[in-house]
Amino acid sequence: MSSLLTRARGSASTLVFLLPMLLVFGLFSWWPIVRSVIMSVQQTNLVTDPEFVGLDNFRAVLEDPLLSTAVQNTLWFALLALVFGYPVPLILAVIMSDVRRARGLYSLLAYLPVVIPPAVAVLLWRFFYDAEPTGVFNSILGKVGLGPVPWLEDPAWAMPSLVIEATWAAAGGTVIIYLAALVSVPPEQYDAAEVDGAGVLGKVWHVTLPHLRGIMLITLILQIIGTAQVFLEPYLFTDGGPNNSTLTVLLLVYRYAFQNTTGGDYGKATALSLMLALTLALLSLVYFRLTRRWSE
Amino acid sequence: MSARRSAAESRGITSEYERGRPLFKVGRTLLNGLVLLFLVLVCLGPILWLAKSAITPTQDTLRHPLELWPNGVDWANLRTAWVDIDLKLYFWNTVVIAFGSWAVQMLVAVTGGYALSILRPRYGRVLYGLVLATMFVPAVVLLVPLYLTVLDMPFTHWNLVNTYWGAFLPAGASAFNIALVKRFFDNLPREVIQAARVDGCGDFRLFWYVVLPMSRPVLGVVSVFAVLAAWKDFIWPLVVLPDPAKQPLSVRLPRLAGVTELDVMMAALLISCALPIAFFLVFQRLFLRGGLDGAVKG
Repeated sequence: MSSLLTRARGSASTLVFLLPMLLVFGLFSWWPIVRSVIMSVQQTNLVTDPEFVGLDNFRAVLEDPLLSTAVQNTLWFALLALVFGYPVPLILAVIMSDVRRARGLYSLLAYLPVVIPPAVAVLLWRFFYDAEPTGVFNSILGKVGLGPVPWLEDPAWAMPSLVIEATWAAAGGTVIIYLAALVSVPPEQYDAAEVDGAGVLGKVWHVTLPHLRGIMLITLILQIIGTAQVFLEPYLFTDGGPNNSTLTVLLLVYRYAFQNTTGGDYGKATALSLMLALTLALLSLVYFRLTRRWSE
Repeated sequence: MSARRSAAESRGITSEYERGRPLFKVGRTLLNGLVLLFLVLVCLGPILWLAKSAITPTQDTLRHPLELWPNGVDWANLRTAWVDIDLKLYFWNTVVIAFGSWAVQMLVAVTGGYALSILRPRYGRVLYGLVLATMFVPAVVLLVPLYLTVLDMPFTHWNLVNTYWGAFLPAGASAFNIALVKRFFDNLPREVIQAARVDGCGDFRLFWYVVLPMSRPVLGVVSVFAVLAAWKDFIWPLVVLPDPAKQPLSVRLPRLAGVTELDVMMAALLISCALPIAFFLVFQRLFLRGGLDGAVKG
């Protein structure tokens, strides 16, 4: 009888401890997830009652001529981010891992841009990207006889400009991840490679990089998931312009929902969000499997 | 995990022998120096430039953007930014949002982690699975349904738009925090908990007097990242706080940029990133430890 009582009291206090998590996740995570599925098949405008419309929202999104622009731009952003942003942290981390003194200083410097609020960074870089010959970057290029480059004002240059800033803002985080992984390279492997007559580059190629293979795949997927959701840079730098050359998928979602002159089209917005989410969820699943295998 | 190997045990890519060779030594010093120069110019440079132009008159910055030492120093810019364009209001708004997000995240992660790890109800595994599953749903994609939920809360029909509750309650739904805290609690010495139980410690006393005092490392990590994330956040406060008088710096600065003189704007940007930078310098070990092993293994 008394053990039954403690059991009941125990489960009551368990519930008390679980309550904050249940409330917050229920209201702000689980319910919105379910709701996004419901909303994607409804016509919702907050004025009239929601109305079931089947797959009309998805059809409307797929028929929007801006969709293919947004998808292409997002893919272009992701590809450029890989080309610019993927090798840089890797090379930096490999060199930094061999620094004996003051490695802390190197890490500190590399991580610094990560803590700058993105809105601040974009506003600062927007000034750097001034297209006049007296702009900051154009002055620097001018000193070596290049430019001036139109940066954000030209459809062909706008996206690479965004990617350069985004890479600057994010690379430090990846450097730290790589550095942490590099500490665990077994020293014997380097010793063994030396016995086999490997030079520094040989050791990097045959020992360091193979050791990083797992984590390189993870950072690759994380980066793709991150870049697929790019919003702040195109929104603050160019608002999707010039000529929609930096309109990304999430910017399109935002426009459907919050910048619609005829009132928010929440159905279309959630339908597009859902399509993006499914794509990313598949990638996350791969990511989760890999981290699991990697951490075991 | 092996990542916590001490520096003495680990060796770098280069060997003692290689580093001893004169030519190699020169090359390596040169390479390391170049990387350091690169990091100083690229990572620190823009921030130093910002600091310089924050106290430089607009015309100097426009005409000679690369001038190292400005002609006139204009300290008044900082004051103008703080007072005249009301940066102080947005600064304190950001502080309130950061503090609130921190408190909510802390409460949810610590109580939830404790229940899942130590109290272990039978349905705990399912619940934890549901929490982890939210990691697969990119937060930013939930923007619209979350906005509509906050606009008209289930059951109560409260409208949290333009309230700080709307800004910081959703931050608590972080599966990452729960996983971090739960894994840390999982690794706490079971003997201590068992001993406390034998001494008649109830769930609440165990939580407050035994588990929490042992959890400072993980609480530090959650705190630092919670505050920084709230300070950096842009899109959610943009959506949930349309009232300019309530907006944080991130949301307000882009609006101010169009109507503010350049030197004052640069001062405003500098003020806006001063606190995160200071925060980073103070807690740099937590940020630079890398990976989560440090936090989990304490």
